[in-house]
Amino acid sequence: MSREVWVFIEHNNEKVLDVSKELLSEGRRLADTLKSELCGIILGDDNKKFYKEVFGFKTDKIYSIEHKELKDFRALPYTTNIVNASKKFNPYIILFGATLTGRELAPRVASKLRCGLTADCTELKIGDYTQPGPQPKVYKDLLLQIRPAFGGNIIATIVNPEMHPQMATVRPGVMKMNEIVKFEGKVINVEPVIEEKDLVLTIVEKIKQEKKVNLTGASIIVAGGMGVGSKENFKLIEELAKVLGGEVGASRAAVDAGWIHKDHQVGQTGVTVRPKLYIACGISGSVQHLAGMIESKQIVAINKDPEADIMKVAHYKIVGDLTKVIPMMIKAYKEKV
Amino acid sequence: MYKIVVLVKQVPDTHNITANAMKEDGTVNRAALPTIFNPEDLNALEAALEIKDKFGAEVTAITMGPPAAADVLRECLYRGADKVILLTDRAFAGADTLATSYVISEAIKKLGKVDIVFAGRQAIDGDTAQVGPQTAEKLDIPQIGYMLELKSLKKDVIEVKRAIENGVEVVKCKLPVLITVTEQTNTPRFPSAKKVAVYKKAMTKSEINKIDPNQSYIDPSKYSEEYLRNKGLLIEEWGLNDLKLDPSMCGFAGSPTKVYKIDSVVLEAKETKNYEPTFEGVSTLIHELIQQHIIG
Ligand SMILES: Cc1cc2nc3c(=O)[nH]c(=O)nc-3n(C[C@H](O)[C@H](O)[C@H](O)COP(=O)(O)OP(=O)(O)OC[C@H]3O[C@@H](n4cnc5c(N)ncnc54)[C@H](O)[C@@H]3O)c2cc1C
Repeated sequence: MSREVWVFIEHNNEKVLDVSKELLSEGRRLADTLKSELCGIILGDDNKKFYKEVFGFKTDKIYSIEHKELKDFRALPYTTNIVNASKKFNPYIILFGATLTGRELAPRVASKLRCGLTADCTELKIGDYTQPGPQPKVYKDLLLQIRPAFGGNIIATIVNPEMHPQMATVRPGVMKMNEIVKFEGKVINVEPVIEEKDLVLTIVEKIKQEKKVNLTGASIIVAGGMGVGSKENFKLIEELAKVLGGEVGASRAAVDAGWIHKDHQVGQTGVTVRPKLYIACGISGSVQHLAGMIESKQIVAINKDPEADIMKVAHYKIVGDLTKVIPMMIKAYKEKV
Repeated sequence: MYKIVVLVKQVPDTHNITANAMKEDGTVNRAALPTIFNPEDLNALEAALEIKDKFGAEVTAITMGPPAAADVLRECLYRGADKVILLTDRAFAGADTLATSYVISEAIKKLGKVDIVFAGRQAIDGDTAQVGPQTAEKLDIPQIGYMLELKSLKKDVIEVKRAIENGVEVVKCKLPVLITVTEQTNTPRFPSAKKVAVYKKAMTKSEINKIDPNQSYIDPSKYSEEYLRNKGLLIEEWGLNDLKLDPSMCGFAGSPTKVYKIDSVVLEAKETKNYEPTFEGVSTLIHELIQQHIIG
């Protein structure tokens, strides 16, 4: 039986998205544990330009499906072709980025293949599972799909014992990206399947809006929450970020208050970040917020409340009023360097 | 006239989760949580009602859930839905998204010709965003995710502006189609007082059966299925047999995903260094961060 680990390679016709590279890095680890092969599956109208980068994550095989109708993502023809390839080559696992595209595509593929799918996993592992019952049944080497549930209040481990492939999506920024190495794998060209009924939806116009903030790539983030108090005060957060050469982050409460754009939101329904330094100012540390920043290397918390949950995960804490503390930080920093 | 189906769900209010809603083993005590109308499903209903207002449509709201989920269906009637159906059966319990979309898609098939199915992008209890696309696949119709704006609807062609990764896109699609809607799509309307006055009396068969006819203030003739149906106040309930479903594809049995274990979220008590909120304290912290090459 094949035990191939597949990663759906998402691209914008120019470059491979970071989330796919993160998944290739994670997929490599899973494939090594399973002693099997890591494969990328690419759909597009000119896939060769992506090969080198995909192989750079020690990808053993690329399944390439090329056709002009596959140039841009459309759920129907993409589903048909992934399902077709999956039936032909029987992957053990398929991973998708939990991007807008991945979250539209993966469920449709899973439904067609009648297999299980777990959304927004934060951790993936290989392990055994014993199905409870009068005659417990042991399944070896399953994909353990770990994700927060119930608004982040619990962490669930999900398995798909019977109906394979085992499918999961993972949000951008969650898995660590490996360094690109020189590596040459095998390309397998898969015949595209283009059916009239899959082409009922046409793209009239596409407008690119690159996100202005790059939180996932930032190594320093200064984030403000409800405790910042006002839009006026939020300038303090922006100033500290600027002085330190970092990006501005925010809790959802600060976004909802209208102090800053949603693109800056960190957390379960925002972006997931893992910077070198995360300075949380006036953020209480709700599970939903923590879900997006807990992997930060160093966390500084500034909060009036010594009992706030953010204090429990912080490496450095200052109990105090941020409107006084932040100006002091700026001044102290300017004096030191 | 367009025929539109809206998928709605009653969800625990995870926003207001408190410690006493968590059981000792870390699982959630659903009974201790208030329930609400899943926020983005209200946007889905609004999208359907806007088409009804502008082009004329019959709007049917469907939910799968326990008998108590009839509450969200009444909420749909208060806002302008024409028809509501509760999909409920013991056999549906423990369903993952695949088993759920199987039941929902079979119910939609039973309704006959449908032009548009609207669904909220995701429900706040699971955040999976899977039921919409999976229902579309089971119905073998196209899907449009994350609608931002309805551009036009002409005969059987719809044009929609939607969000994509790093941008927006305008797509054109032949009906029937399933469309998912987000909190950005529109602003849901409030219930109409007039409709509340009428439909607060709407009931399901299970609710009728719960009424004690011996209560002195009850007029039993007003609590029969037939009476309510004639008044347009009967909320239909469909179960396994009404839909002629394969039990092995419903509920827990029909769900490929299984929960292996549940852990409560424990905040790690790390070693924390404390600094005074004084210039001296703050300077010491900044110095330490520079020393550790974290900033500087
Ligand atoms: C489904 C769902 C998804 C969600 N997704 C996210 C998400 O992605 N990201 C997210 O952040 N939230 C998310 N939330 C919301 C989350 O539950 C919290 O409501 C939110 O994170 C709280 O933001 P906050 O910490 O800024 O505000 P609060 O919880 O109000 O905390 C404010 C803090 O500021 C402190 N403070 C007040 N004044 C001062 C002062 N002068 N100086 C210093 N400290 C002060 C207070 O002590 C308090 O700790 C989500 C919720 C749900 C239900």
